[in-house]
Amino acid sequence: MSELLLPPEHRYAKIIKDQLNEDGSEYSILNLGPTHPATHGIFQNILLMDGERILDAEPTIGYIHRAFEKIAENRPFYQITPLTDRMNYCSSPINNLGWWMTVEKLLNIEVPKRAQYLRVIVMELARITDHLICNSILGVDTGAYTGFLYVFQFREKVYEIYEEICGARLTTNMGRIGGFERDWTPKAFELLRTFLEEFPPAWKEFENLFERNRIFIDRTVNVGPISAEKAMSYGFTGPNLRAAGIDYDVRVAEPYSSYEDFDFIVPVGKSGDTYDRFCVRNAEVWESLSIIRQALDKLPEGPYHADVPDYYLPPKEDVYTSMESLIYHFKIVMGEVPVPVAEVYHAVEGGNGELGFYLVTDGSRTPYRLHFRRPCFIYYQAYPEMIKGAMLSDAIVILSSLNVIAGELDA
Amino acid sequence: MSTRTKLVPPPEGVSGEGFFATKLNDVVGLARANSLWPLPFATSCCGIEFMATMASHYDLARFGSERVSFSPRQADMLMVMGTISKKMAPILRQVYEQMSEPRWVISVGACACSGGIFDTYSVLQGIDKVIPVDVYVPGCPPRPEQIVDGVMQLQELVKNESVRRRNSPEYKELLASYNL
Amino acid sequence: MALETANIQEKIAQKFGNEVLNFETHSGIFTFEVASESAHDAIQFLKEDTELNFHFLTDLCAIHYPDNDVNHQYAVVYLLHNWVENFRIKVKTYLNGENPQVKTVCDLFLSANWMERETYDFYGIAFKGHPQLKRILNMDEMVSFPMRKEFPLEDSGRTDKDDRFFGRTKTNNQHV
Repeated sequence: MSELLLPPEHRYAKIIKDQLNEDGSEYSILNLGPTHPATHGIFQNILLMDGERILDAEPTIGYIHRAFEKIAENRPFYQITPLTDRMNYCSSPINNLGWWMTVEKLLNIEVPKRAQYLRVIVMELARITDHLICNSILGVDTGAYTGFLYVFQFREKVYEIYEEICGARLTTNMGRIGGFERDWTPKAFELLRTFLEEFPPAWKEFENLFERNRIFIDRTVNVGPISAEKAMSYGFTGPNLRAAGIDYDVRVAEPYSSYEDFDFIVPVGKSGDTYDRFCVRNAEVWESLSIIRQALDKLPEGPYHADVPDYYLPPKEDVYTSMESLIYHFKIVMGEVPVPVAEVYHAVEGGNGELGFYLVTDGSRTPYRLHFRRPCFIYYQAYPEMIKGAMLSDAIVILSSLNVIAGELDA
Repeated sequence: MSTRTKLVPPPEGVSGEGFFATKLNDVVGLARANSLWPLPFATSCCGIEFMATMASHYDLARFGSERVSFSPRQADMLMVMGTISKKMAPILRQVYEQMSEPRWVISVGACACSGGIFDTYSVLQGIDKVIPVDVYVPGCPPRPEQIVDGVMQLQELVKNESVRRRNSPEYKELLASYNL
Repeated sequence: MALETANIQEKIAQKFGNEVLNFETHSGIFTFEVASESAHDAIQFLKEDTELNFHFLTDLCAIHYPDNDVNHQYAVVYLLHNWVENFRIKVKTYLNGENPQVKTVCDLFLSANWMERETYDFYGIAFKGHPQLKRILNMDEMVSFPMRKEFPLEDSGRTDKDDRFFGRTKTNNQHV
C-alpha cells in the first residue's frame, strides 16, 4: 500500500493535536479524494472538520495536468485546435472558435458576416450545453436524478447538430482560419430549427422541477455565498461573478464576432450563493436561445470563410488541377505560412467566464508561447473560503454549482 | 413483450422435470456477464461520453450495469475513462488493488489506452503500464456505441472465463508482472 | 472620463521615472515594461490610483527568452483590466536568468496566489512573500521546471514510442 496521505508535519496534524473541544471531541481530517463520485473531475480537498462542519480546506490539483502550454509550443496553429477542445470539454466549440479568433487577430484577417453569425450560433449552442450539464449535475448532487436524464436527451440533439457541421460529437475541432471548413448543410439548419422548437418546453419543465422546489431551495439558498468585492479580487468571471452581482460579460464589454448586432440581456444575481448561480445559468440559457433565433433570422448570404489563400486550405479539386492551389496547400500543411512577430491577447466568454488566449509568436510555424487564461483555475482558488463553516453536503453542492471542469483546471 | 428485445439465452444443458443440469462455469459466467457493476473512473472528456452512455439515449443499464458503484469493493469492472497523468497513476493503482476478485478493467479512450494525443512528460502513456487491462476501447472520445461494444466484448470474455482462473498460476504471474 | 494611453503614460512616467520604459501598443492593448524591483509598486499604483483604477487582474504568466542577455531571460506578464472604463493594460517585467525573483502581488489581488504558483511550477521564478509557493500542477517530487525551453516535451524514458518514426532524433527536444 502507498505511504500515508497526510504526513505528520502537515499543519492540520498540529492543529488537531493542540485543539481539544470541551466535550472531549477533537477535530478530524477528511480526504475528499481525487476519485469521488460527487466531485465531477479529479481534484482533491483535504478538509479539517469539527464534526460535520468544515473549518479549513486544502485543495490539490494537477491530477490531469497534460502540459497543454508546452505541447502548444511544438505544434503549428491548426494542430492546436484539438488541444483547445479538451480544455473545457463540455463546450468545446467556444474554445475552438476563441483560438481561431486569436489567430485571426494576430494575422489581421476579417471574417465575413455569414461566418461570424454561424460562429455565434455554434457558440451559443455550446454555452447552452455547458449550462445544461452544470445545472443537471447540480440537481443530481441534491438527489434529483430525473432532471439529468431529461436534459441529456437534448444534449444528444445538439451532438447531432455538431456532427452535421463538423463531424464530431464532443471534441469538435471546429473552424479554420477565417471561417468554417464547409458551409452548413440544409439538414443542419433543419436540425437546429427542430431543436429550437423542442427544447424550450423541456427546459421550462426542468426549471419547474427545481426553481420553486422546497427541498432544492433549502439545499441551495445561502449556501456558499460570496460577496462582489471578494469575487472580483479572486478573479471570478462568468456566471459565478454575475451571480454575485457584477454584470461583466466579455460579449458586451469587447464584442467579438458580431455580438454587437444582437440584443440580449445579461442576467445578474444578488448574493452569489448556489441558488443564484443556478438561476443565472438558467436565465443565460434563455438568452442564448434568443440570440440563436436572432442570428438565424438575420443570417446573411455570403462566403463561409475569408479569402486568405495563404492560410486557408484550398478545395481539393483545385489542388489537383491548379498549380497555385497545389503550392498553397503544400505551404500551409508544411507550415511555411507568413506569421508576424507579435503578442496578442484575445478573450471570449466561455461557459465559465473569460477564456483568454495570450499568444506570443516569433515568426516560425509554432507559437513561441501560448498561455491559456482558464477561468476555472482562477476561481477555484476561492473554494476553501466559500466552504468555511459549511457542512460537508453543502461543500459538494457548492463545488457542483461552481462548474469546475478538470480539463480546464489543469490544462 | 416486444419481439425485438432479446432475452439472454440459457446455457447448454440437460433439462428435465424440475431440474436443469449444466456446467458450473456456464452458469457462473452467465450470472457475472449480465450483472457487471462498473466503477466509472472518469477523468476527462471520455467521462462526458460515459455520462451520455449512462443516460437514457444509449442506456448502459440494459446490459446489467444499472448500479454504478463508486466503492471499489462492490464493483466488478473498472472503466478507466480519460487521461491518466503520472500524478494520478498511484491512485489508480490503489483503486485497482482495493477491488475484490473477480475484477476486470476496460480502458476507454485513446488517452487511457496509450496516452492519446498527449505524448508529454506528465501523462502516463497507457494505463497498462500500471494495471492489467482486459478490453481497450479506442476513440477520442469513443462514441457511446463503441463504449457499449467494449462492454459487450467484456461480457463475452466474462462468460467464457473459467471459475478457477483467479487462482491459476498464469493469473498470479500476470499480477506479479505488475508488482501487484 | 475615458482613459487615454497618453494620460496613463504621463501618470506612470511621472511617478516611476526611469524604471518604466517601452510604452507600446500590442494588438490593441497598451503595454509597458517596468524594472523588476518596482513591479509590485507599479501594479499597486495602477490598482489604487482613483483615476486609473485597474482593479482586476486578468492574467499572470511568464515567458522564457533563452536567447536574450542574462538580465532579460524571463519575462513576467501582468494583464490588468479596468471594467468601469473598459480598458486593458499589460505590464511586463524582465528577470535575471540565474536567479529570477520578483515581489508577489498576492496582497493586492487574491487571484494571483495560484497564478504565481503555476508560474513557479513551470519556470522556477521565485515570488518573494508568497504565502505558499510550492508546485501546483506537476508532481511535488519534480526537480526541474518544465516550461523552460531546454526541457523536452516528451518523456524520454518511454518505451512504446520510437522517436525515429516521429521524425525526432534521439534527444527528443531537437526538431529535425
